[in-house]
Amino acid sequence: MRNIWTIAMREFKVYFTSPIAYIVLAMFAVVFGYFFTAGLAFFMDYSASVQAQGGAGAPPLNVNQFVIEPSLGNMSIVLLFLMPMITMRLFAEEQRSGTIELLLTSPLQDYHIICGKWLGALLLYACLLLVAVLNISVLFLYTTPDWKPLLVSLLGLLLMGGSMIAIGTFLSTLTRNQIVAGALTFGVLLLLWVLNWISSYETSTFSRLCEYLAISPHFEQFSKGVIELKDLLYYISAISLGLFLSKRSLEALRWKA
Amino acid sequence: MIQVEGVTKRYGPKTAVSNISFEVERGEIVGFLGPNGAGKTTTMRILTGFLPPTQGTASVAGFDVGKSPIEVKRRIGYLPEAPPLYPEMEVGDYLRFVAAIKRIPNKEIARRVDAVLERTATGAVRDLLVGKLSKGYRQRVGLAQALIHSPEVLVLDEPTSGLDPKQIIEVRGLIRSLAGEHTILLSTHILPEVAGTCGRVIIINEGRIEASDTPENLTAQLQGADSLLLDIDGPAEQVRERLELDLAVRKVVEQEARNGRTVWRVEADKDENLTRRLAEAVVTSGWGLYGMRSLGLSLEDIFLKLTSDESAAAQAEEEIPEPVAESDPTADEGSESGEGEDE
Repeated sequence: MRNIWTIAMREFKVYFTSPIAYIVLAMFAVVFGYFFTAGLAFFMDYSASVQAQGGAGAPPLNVNQFVIEPSLGNMSIVLLFLMPMITMRLFAEEQRSGTIELLLTSPLQDYHIICGKWLGALLLYACLLLVAVLNISVLFLYTTPDWKPLLVSLLGLLLMGGSMIAIGTFLSTLTRNQIVAGALTFGVLLLLWVLNWISSYETSTFSRLCEYLAISPHFEQFSKGVIELKDLLYYISAISLGLFLSKRSLEALRWKA
Repeated sequence: MIQVEGVTKRYGPKTAVSNISFEVERGEIVGFLGPNGAGKTTTMRILTGFLPPTQGTASVAGFDVGKSPIEVKRRIGYLPEAPPLYPEMEVGDYLRFVAAIKRIPNKEIARRVDAVLERTATGAVRDLLVGKLSKGYRQRVGLAQALIHSPEVLVLDEPTSGLDPKQIIEVRGLIRSLAGEHTILLSTHILPEVAGTCGRVIIINEGRIEASDTPENLTAQLQGADSLLLDIDGPAEQVRERLELDLAVRKVVEQEARNGRTVWRVEADKDENLTRRLAEAVVTSGWGLYGMRSLGLSLEDIFLKLTSDESAAAQAEEEIPEPVAESDPTADEGSESGEGEDE
C-alpha cells in the first residue's frame, strides 16, 4: 500500500510541477464555469416565467434537476477531451526517458506501479471535481438543493473518470510516444462515448450490447441520485479491465524491451 | 554473489546473449568489457530483473532472479546507461522517492538521502531540478540513486559514458571507493577504465564470453613475454652484445637511431627484475639511459585480438597507430603501457 501511495504521490506532484495540472484545471474551470452559468441563467429565466404564469402558489422548480444535473452531465463531455491529456504521459513518458527501468528494477510489484499511476491521475481528476463542487456550492448560499443526489453524482463521476483513466493508463503502456498514447485514448473514449447512439435506431442484440458497453449511459442514473448495481459493476469492471490490461502490457514490455 | 548460468537471450530471431555463464565473488569489482552491441546491457538487464532470460538462470546473493525478483531487486543497485532521472523533480525529492520505492523505512529515508548525497558529492545540487543538472552531476545522482538502499551488489552500465575526462576520473574514483562494501559489476567499452578500476575483466563479444581474468593476467596470458623499449646513448654493437648477455632476453631489435642515440626493442621472457637488470647493465657500462618503458600488450590489443575478426582487426589497426610509432620513446622509466583512450 505504501508503494502504491509513493508512486501515486509522485505522479500527482509531477502534474503540478509541469504545466499539465494548471492547463487542465484552468480549461476545466472555464468550460465548466460556462456550462454552470448558462444552466443557472436558463433556470432563473424559466422559473421566473413559471412564477408569472402559475402565480405565487406554484411549487418552486427543482434546482438539482434543472441546474446540477445538466451541468454535471455536460462536464462528462469535457472529460472526453481532458482525460487523454492527464493519462497520456503515465507510461509513455517513462518509456521514452528510460525511467521505466528504475521502476521495473525496484522491489515493486507491477500492480504497485500501475495502481499508483492510476491513483495519481485520479487524484488530479478529483481536483477537477473539486472545481465543479466549488461552482455548485454557490447554489447553497441562495437555495437549498438536495445534497444527497449531488454526492451520488460525484461518486458516479469519480467512477466514470476512474474508468477513463484506467483505459488511458493501458493505452499509455503501448507506446513511448505521448501523442500517440493521447490520440489513441481520445479515439477509444470517443468511441465508447458514442457507442450507444446506434441503439436509438434499432433494437438488435448487437445494439443492446453497444448500449451496455457505452460509457455515458451508465452515468445517467448516478446523475439522478440513483445507484444501480449494473452501473456500479460496469465502472468497476472497466477500471479492473484497464488495470489488468496495463499489467499484461507491462509484462509484454519486459519481453520485448 | 552473482551467478549466471547458461543464460541466453533472444529478441525474435536475433540472439543478443548466447549461453553465457560467469560468477562474481563478494567484494569483487568486475569489468564487463565489449564493443557496443556485444550483449553487456542485455546481461545486466537480466541480472537486475528488468528482462527475463530466454534460457538459463541468474541469481544474486543466493536468490534466483526469475523466482524471487523482489528479493533480488532489494539487493541490487542499478545504474542504467541513461541514468533514470525525472527531470521535473528536485534532486532531494527524487532521492527520497527512490528511497521509498526501494522499501527503505520512512524514518530512515532522510538519513539515507543525506548519506548518498555526501558520498557522491551532490549535496550542492540537492535543491536543483534534475533537468537542470550537468551531465557529470546527472551521472552522480544516478549513482546516488543506485546506492541509496546500500545494496550488496551494484550493477553499473557504462558509468562514465559521455563524461569529460575530469568527470571520468571523479566517477572512477567514486567507484573504486565503493569497492569492498559492495560487489560491483560495471560495463564499459573503454579499456583503461577496466585496467584502472576492476580486479577482473570479462570480455564479451557477440553475446559470448571470450575471456575472463585479471587485466594483468590477460596481458601475460596472451603475450607470455615482455617487451621493453630502451633509449640508449652508446656504441650500437657493444650495446646490443651487452643486452643480449641477459639470460631472459630473447631478441634485441634496433628500432630507431638518431643523434648517436639508439632506440632498442628488447623481447624477453616474463621476468620481474628484467627492467632493473637492464638499467643497471647500461649504466654500469657507462652509457646514458634516456628512456625505458614496457611495451606489454595493452588491453586494447588484447581486446582487438579477442573481439575482432580479421577484417575488423585490419581496420582497427589503421585507426589505432602502433604504440611504438606514436609514442615518445624517451618516456619515463616504468611508465605504464596503457595508451590514451580512444574516445
